[in-house]
Amino acid sequence: MSIDIIENILFATIRTGTPLLLVALGAMISERSGVLNLGQEGMILVGAVCAFIGAYTTDSLLIGVASGLASGALFSLIFAVIAISLVSSQIATGLALTIFGTGLSAFLGVDYVGLSIDGLDEWPIPLLHDIPVIGKAFFAQDMLVYGSFALFAAIYYVMSRTRVGLIIRAVGENPGVAHSMGYRVLLVRYATVMFGGAMAGLAGAYLSLAYTPMWTEGMSAGRGWIALALVVFASWRTGRVLVGAWLFAFASILHLVLQGFGYDISPNLLGMLPYLATIIALVMMMQRAGTAQLAPRSLGQPYYPQK
Amino acid sequence: MGATASRRLELVGITKAYPGCIANDGVEMTVKPGEIHALVGENGAGKSTLMKIIYGVVKPDAGQLIWNDRETLIEGPAHARRLGMGMVFQHFSLFQTLTVTENIALYLPRQEYGSLRRLRDRILSVGEAYGLDINPDRHVHTLSVGEQQRVEIVRCLLQEIQLLILDEPTAVLTPGEVTHLVKVLKQLAREGCSILFISHKLEEVRTLCDRATILRGGRVTGNCIPAETTSEQLSRMMLGDDLHIEKSMGVGAPGDDRLSLEGVSVSPGGAFAIALHNIDLTLRAGEITGIAGVAGNGQDELVDLINGELPPDAGKLLLDSRDMTAEGVLARRRAGLATVHADRLGRGSIGAMSLTENRLLTAYVTDSDAHGFLHWRPLTERTRELIQHYQVKASGPDDTAASLSGGNLQKFIIGREIAQAPKVLVCFYPTWGVDVGSANRIHVELARLRDEGTAILILTEDLDELYLLCDRVGAICGGQLSPLKPGNEVSMETLGQWMAGTFGASQTQGGQHAH
Repeated sequence: MSIDIIENILFATIRTGTPLLLVALGAMISERSGVLNLGQEGMILVGAVCAFIGAYTTDSLLIGVASGLASGALFSLIFAVIAISLVSSQIATGLALTIFGTGLSAFLGVDYVGLSIDGLDEWPIPLLHDIPVIGKAFFAQDMLVYGSFALFAAIYYVMSRTRVGLIIRAVGENPGVAHSMGYRVLLVRYATVMFGGAMAGLAGAYLSLAYTPMWTEGMSAGRGWIALALVVFASWRTGRVLVGAWLFAFASILHLVLQGFGYDISPNLLGMLPYLATIIALVMMMQRAGTAQLAPRSLGQPYYPQK
Repeated sequence: MGATASRRLELVGITKAYPGCIANDGVEMTVKPGEIHALVGENGAGKSTLMKIIYGVVKPDAGQLIWNDRETLIEGPAHARRLGMGMVFQHFSLFQTLTVTENIALYLPRQEYGSLRRLRDRILSVGEAYGLDINPDRHVHTLSVGEQQRVEIVRCLLQEIQLLILDEPTAVLTPGEVTHLVKVLKQLAREGCSILFISHKLEEVRTLCDRATILRGGRVTGNCIPAETTSEQLSRMMLGDDLHIEKSMGVGAPGDDRLSLEGVSVSPGGAFAIALHNIDLTLRAGEITGIAGVAGNGQDELVDLINGELPPDAGKLLLDSRDMTAEGVLARRRAGLATVHADRLGRGSIGAMSLTENRLLTAYVTDSDAHGFLHWRPLTERTRELIQHYQVKASGPDDTAASLSGGNLQKFIIGREIAQAPKVLVCFYPTWGVDVGSANRIHVELARLRDEGTAILILTEDLDELYLLCDRVGAICGGQLSPLKPGNEVSMETLGQWMAGTFGASQTQGGQHAH
């Protein structure tokens, strides 16, 4: 393979990995605070359709991105009210949110199917994008990809180095104790769930404005579920979420490339490659880390402070 | 530390009622600056409610709280801490997967937080000043219970502290650790910090505390200077005049071997588990054997091992001289083993099920007259008898297990197991959280069971209970069992050393060795 092909594979890997990374980071934050939101798939779809409608009707990609973000956050508010304030089962509520989101996005987008817009342009960073092999992948992308880099860095810093991150972890570890120390458990959980919603909405916006600039029903194609699995296999660590998302993307690109080269392997087998490779890699990472870092202790358990 | 006020804390007519019970009824109490003040009372006397009111966790229905001569309304724990109060909970309020420094950072107000690195230095210097040695970088789940308590105390001391509240702080400590804690508390008091010391161990109160307030049934029944008051007078104020406490449980008459562990070892099953090393233990009919130890030294594993939940890597387990090493829980129960776990709601009962159903969970082995069908009326009746006999505070057999308080559920579960007249009974914390009167009843029942020929094993942290009940005593530390010896041959000091893992002292006495 020439340098050219490798450059293109890496470029496509980052593009494919971006929506996964965004969703998984958001899900990780809300799970760190103890809330398991299975509604990721629904939130991505709502974000995607709202972003597309916003961009199409106003002719502004910026408004499109903003509508994706806002609609994801608002949509997750439904989950927050039911699962946090009304203390219902997070599993059932999350599943319902996905089903509802799938239907709602199809309904909202019915008039927009098949329309096209000019998607987000790539914005090569001078000089840096000329670096051989990796320059194109990291420095010749669109703004949302750069945004995902920045969000990753910010989340990494907040979770490991700031008091806010510490509070989120504490709430997920033991909400009862956090409450008795005067932290507002419900507020923290609302905030992390809505942050997760915004991230899923942003991922949706990336899909319908940049990755494939159009709207089709169910265009999230299971990315919400993959992201949820990534968070578990990454044992709720920011850095591993990034590795997992890009690894998955790399394997899915690779299987297209291999097919393109005409290797005589069943495409169904190749289709399994990304899942298999990601799971194996992350399980190996998990083994090495030992048992110290487990799931947040209160994950999935409703909490309501006693008066 | 600001010691200008004449009264650090004064409570006037504090009243708090919950549906069906008055937890505090017109409680009056004064704590002076630099005073070690004891709050004494049985479980259920209203101590914890009062503490929660002082610390702002619970709001009183009526009454005033006066802080440093000024009437104050405590809005919540964070407000209480800003005022200069600190609290060390009985069940520590620490986040297990965070480090010591992170835990303390969460406790401090934002403006005092600074950076984690600076906080780490402050923890070390405070620890040094008070002889509270802790490593700020360790994760809390790797610390012993005594060390966790030190973390709680240090985090209170990092703030300007004027009142430190400790809820039964010695319950989880070895005798050596208790001595150390007493030293720390006295140093704090000398510096002007008031200490509110909640306990039901009268000896401790008499040696440590300047003054005491005694609670019974939510009311103050006495104020005294403990050093000038006898334990009898104190317990009279605590329990009332009418209560008769049996002081002697008699001694056992050891018969045949009922349960033997021969060189049993278990490797740790998880991140927080302890390995058991080469355990030899024989329980004889008509004898109570007691094992002391600080929580988390292998007691859970030992109970699980005997109960058949944890398969051993090596060694043999004989029940009535039958090799049952490979048998599971059910087979062992059928052979006459009964177990009371420490975790009452998680292991001993199912919270959402009624008491009748919970009784049947283990009683089905002996209560099998129904041949697989359930005849609710006799079952309910037997449950009602159990509730009455052990004075379980419940409205009836239909109450769920989760609706009972911890001590009441304990009475119910232990009564359930005793009622089955097992050949071997393993009891983890038999009177944990149970009031003195009911504890006495449980002790009497255990002694009766012993006299009827049951082999009983007790694991407890309460050394008084151990000496009162047990014919042979020993200790477990780090998964190793000390020698077992008759109670009157083992001094409190020796037992304390055993609990700390020093079994060597026994060698000079010519005893057998644990390993």
